Amino acid sequence: MNPFQSVGKAVLGFLEATGKLALFTFMAVSHCVRPPFYYRLLLRQMIDIGYYSLPVVGMTTLFAGMALGLQTYAGFSRFSAEDAIAKVVALGITRELGPVLAGLMVAGRIGAAMAAELGTMRVTEQIDALDTLSTNPFKYLIAPRIIAGLTMLPLLVFVGDIIGIFGGYIVSVYKLGFNPGVYISQTFKVLEFIDVFSGLVKAGVFGFIVTLMGCYNGYNSQGGAQGVGAATTNAVVSASILILIFNYVITELFLTA
Amino acid sequence: MTTPKIKLKDVHKGFGDKVVLDGVDLEVAPGESLVIIGGSGSGKSVTLKCILGLLTPDSGQIEVDGEPIVGIGRAKRERINSKFGMLFQGAALFDSLPVWENVAFGLVQGERMDRAQAKEIALEKLAAVGLEADVGELWPAELSGGMQKRVGLARAIATEPEIIFFDEPTTGLDPIMGDIINDLIVKCVRELGATALSITHDMASARKISDHIAMLYKGKIIWTGKTEEIDSSGEPHVDQFIHGRAEGPIQMELRRL
Repeated sequence: MNPFQSVGKAVLGFLEATGKLALFTFMAVSHCVRPPFYYRLLLRQMIDIGYYSLPVVGMTTLFAGMALGLQTYAGFSRFSAEDAIAKVVALGITRELGPVLAGLMVAGRIGAAMAAELGTMRVTEQIDALDTLSTNPFKYLIAPRIIAGLTMLPLLVFVGDIIGIFGGYIVSVYKLGFNPGVYISQTFKVLEFIDVFSGLVKAGVFGFIVTLMGCYNGYNSQGGAQGVGAATTNAVVSASILILIFNYVITELFLTA
Repeated sequence: MTTPKIKLKDVHKGFGDKVVLDGVDLEVAPGESLVIIGGSGSGKSVTLKCILGLLTPDSGQIEVDGEPIVGIGRAKRERINSKFGMLFQGAALFDSLPVWENVAFGLVQGERMDRAQAKEIALEKLAAVGLEADVGELWPAELSGGMQKRVGLARAIATEPEIIFFDEPTTGLDPIMGDIINDLIVKCVRELGATALSITHDMASARKISDHIAMLYKGKIIWTGKTEEIDSSGEPHVDQFIHGRAEGPIQMELRRL
């Protein structure tokens, strides 16, 4: 094969994949906003994403907050600016670490599970069976998952924000000997609506990305057990990368706006 | 002459360079039970998937009750599919739902029937395939292969469809269970007065459940006729297939599909 052919093939392959994903996204979103809705399935997905991810997200943000507190102390004490710990933790958690860490953890927990479940349903013909039973797989399988991701991640991240800030509080008060009242009042003083809001917007976008990638890879998986494995890997890797890319894009939008 | 229930006119379908269906012409009369026989890779499954709308033919037309169905929209497709029942090769039961909900799926989701009423019908259909009511509360994973096939059959007949498709109904079952499934298929199709289209390579099953047989070879129907005439078809490909001889005009393709 000459080099032009392989370059052309790669470009065409990329364009095809992009087009397929764009079409899938369009179909998925259009079915999210058109009835009929499957409320029971939506509720189940919401519980799965929102409630059962709480321990994972809570642990992650707690320790992230604690480590951030310690690091800030180690760094800022060189400039005698230890007072800034509460502010750095509050801003760092709400604007960046809360949504990104929760998004990545949920990508591993939920995105992988969705890809594996839908992938198995695909290779065992369960998705075809849905079609023959006059049920649209996009409505029955994909819309509830995407709506649940879009709505539950902001809630998760909001709880994670509180836990993460509390992590910084624990380190500052019990380890570094800061005054608890001052820490809390500083946290509230520095936090503005936009800090929390931008984090929650990120969370919504990440929830959409995670569930979309999970559904897309699972729905299009082929070739038995190996195909399902590949779909799961692709779902997590692509969701994680997209989360980091969109994290930057949204930060840029909020900072320049 | 009455309108055929299903009619395929010069249907072509290929994947990449590989031609799978190369001009399939086929008619199934109302109330008839037609079995398509053919070796692995001869295009049986693809034919079925084209009729079900899971694949779109490259060219040619398919009619159901005289209505062309190639390229119709989603809503029309769902209306056509509501005439269909399908027993998948691996049963394709939804493993996230208990057995009775699987059987009732088409009633609850497709026909928006009340759950209590749908359950009653589901248990009736389970009884019709020789399963007791307590099986309804089990999960598909708890059933043996033969029982899964029975549940799949119960699900296929639950909405009392006009046309039932059977994809390799006896594959993977022991001969006795295979024969039981054959008997159930004959009984259910007769009781419903449905039209049946099956694909199989199991000749014992084909003889038992069909009144007409069509043989698919290299993407074309090479022989059709009444079941009792198959032994005197005078067609060397058919003879070789029904006697399961390695020697003959059919050369098994050992290339990549």
